[in-house]
Amino acid sequence: MTHRPGRRIFRRAALAAAAILSTIGMSQAQTVLLNVSYDPTRELYRDINKAFNDKLVADRKKPIAVRNSHGGSGAQARAVIDGLDADVVTLALSADIDAIAQRSQRIPANWQSRLPNKSTPFSSTIVFLVRAGNPKAIRDWDDLARPGVQVVTPNPKTSGGARWNYLAAWGFGLKKFGGDEAKVREFVGAIYKNAPTLDTGARGSTVSFAQRGVGDVLIAWENEAYLADLEFGKGKFDIVTPSISIRAETPVSIVDANVDRKGTRELAEAYLRFLWSDQAQAIAARHYYRPARPEAAAKGDLARFATLELLSIDDDFGGWAKAQATHFGDKAIFDQIYSPSR
Amino acid sequence: MPDAGAILQQNAHVAGGGTTAGTTRRRAPVTGEGPVARAVLIGVAIAFLSLFLLLPLVVVFVEALRAGVGAYVAALTEPDAVAAIQLTLMVAAIAVPLNLVFGVAAAWAVAKFEFPGKSFLVSLIDLPFSVSPVVAGLVYVLLFGAQGLFGGWLRDHGVEIIFAVPGIVLATVFVTFPFIARELIPLMEEQGTGDEEVAMTLGASGLQTFWRVTLPNIRFALLYGVLLCNARAMGEFGAVAVVSGKIRGYTTTMPLHVEILYNEYNSVAAFAVASVLALLALVTLVAKVFLESRYGDEIAARSH
Repeated sequence: MTHRPGRRIFRRAALAAAAILSTIGMSQAQTVLLNVSYDPTRELYRDINKAFNDKLVADRKKPIAVRNSHGGSGAQARAVIDGLDADVVTLALSADIDAIAQRSQRIPANWQSRLPNKSTPFSSTIVFLVRAGNPKAIRDWDDLARPGVQVVTPNPKTSGGARWNYLAAWGFGLKKFGGDEAKVREFVGAIYKNAPTLDTGARGSTVSFAQRGVGDVLIAWENEAYLADLEFGKGKFDIVTPSISIRAETPVSIVDANVDRKGTRELAEAYLRFLWSDQAQAIAARHYYRPARPEAAAKGDLARFATLELLSIDDDFGGWAKAQATHFGDKAIFDQIYSPSR
Repeated sequence: MPDAGAILQQNAHVAGGGTTAGTTRRRAPVTGEGPVARAVLIGVAIAFLSLFLLLPLVVVFVEALRAGVGAYVAALTEPDAVAAIQLTLMVAAIAVPLNLVFGVAAAWAVAKFEFPGKSFLVSLIDLPFSVSPVVAGLVYVLLFGAQGLFGGWLRDHGVEIIFAVPGIVLATVFVTFPFIARELIPLMEEQGTGDEEVAMTLGASGLQTFWRVTLPNIRFALLYGVLLCNARAMGEFGAVAVVSGKIRGYTTTMPLHVEILYNEYNSVAAFAVASVLALLALVTLVAKVFLESRYGDEIAARSH
């Protein structure tokens, strides 16, 4: 006698599940591109996706659904290797796209030469975000190595942004100590001694610093620093531009094997080419990314970028493959200078 | 606190285990504590509960409504949030019935039969309690991911598991597996096989015995297990985060969506979605308390 209402409930649950399933099925009728990106690009790609769809409509084509996935750049690359069905990857550094190419063979090794500017539609750099009025008087990288300054930066093992942070500090050290590597090690080591915890991604560090009030200085993407400044209200933080930083090139690629299997190659390529269009370049500059084609961006947006000496990963560090092995590999320099248990 | 809902649900679970022991029959003070000691104990318990349960719950709703009811409703009707709520409900709607069947079958096998390897099976059922959810998620990536054991074959045949809805369902089924079985095993063991034997002697078939004798005997414990299982299924974060791929509006469940929104500095929306999770947890809690107060005896024999 008890099983009858039970069955009715079960039947209703099954019906509800079927209804929900069918709504999900319906949304798939539209062509879908999946853009797997790194942490701080959420706001940027939301605008770009909209502009891309507007352009499709203007060209009398069917609008598409661009889905986005965000996370630490290294973790996102790992997910694509493990089968996350990305049509395009827009990651924080070329080493992560190289990793996809090497480990999954879903992208050809020469991917970076397929699009202009080494496949980098916009770049950024690394700056400091400090508390309003800069109470610890932080002006340049040496101030981060001072005792008593608490530094917030993510973990270079998992975060692309963190690797740029580290290399920028290293580059400053090289200049300061005239290439004496033992001293540079000590210097960068001192900065990381001031970092009590390392978050896994750039956004995690920003939240720690800005929302939870941890630390005196956040080493951050330039765009992330400006965004935090906007989000938490002007006047809570100051942005400090160091004398030397690094041109943080954030490249893009289609994932060939995925787009060929899904038949989305044409759209995916159009989506990436669109990143170099006047519209997308202007949007990038508006979101504080340094556009590859500054002439397309609004003058006012460009004026916000400070001029500073920018190191290049290829010229100053011998490319990502070398930098990765020297600094971030297992038991490489970063492991030697950083011990969380100390 | 991105997954406040999950924490609440787990705590609700723990708190529930405590109340059943104290309710009904044993009211008379059998222990010798004086009134002062009792007052202090009760005071500490209430202070602790308020600090760790009530206050976070209040904060969730205060944060969610900070920008007004309009912003709250807007955050919940935004397409990605709706998709997250739908996905969460769907995953629970698949995982809970599956575990209902598995749980009853496993509990029945363990409680009513003797067979070699029984204690091994019991340990296996408990495995998801002791394995970290992150590991549970990674195991599925290793099995079904593109580089995994079955990944290549699945890919060739166009089957998506990891970074799609099936992976999320699998991970959820894994972490919620013990809830129903664990609820039923002690009760069924206590009830023994007498009723079934009688039914069989009177000529009932195996299936008839199950529907008419076994199931009615365990129905409230079963319902209770389903509630706990459901609460965890909707609140699970760790295992789901590993296999989700975090595709917005597609593979983000409510707990994941809360985290994403929080990381986008959108705490009003984050807490609005969290408040829905908390409400679901509260509904579970009320249903649980109701079940306990009415049918406490029938679900009393429990292990945890």
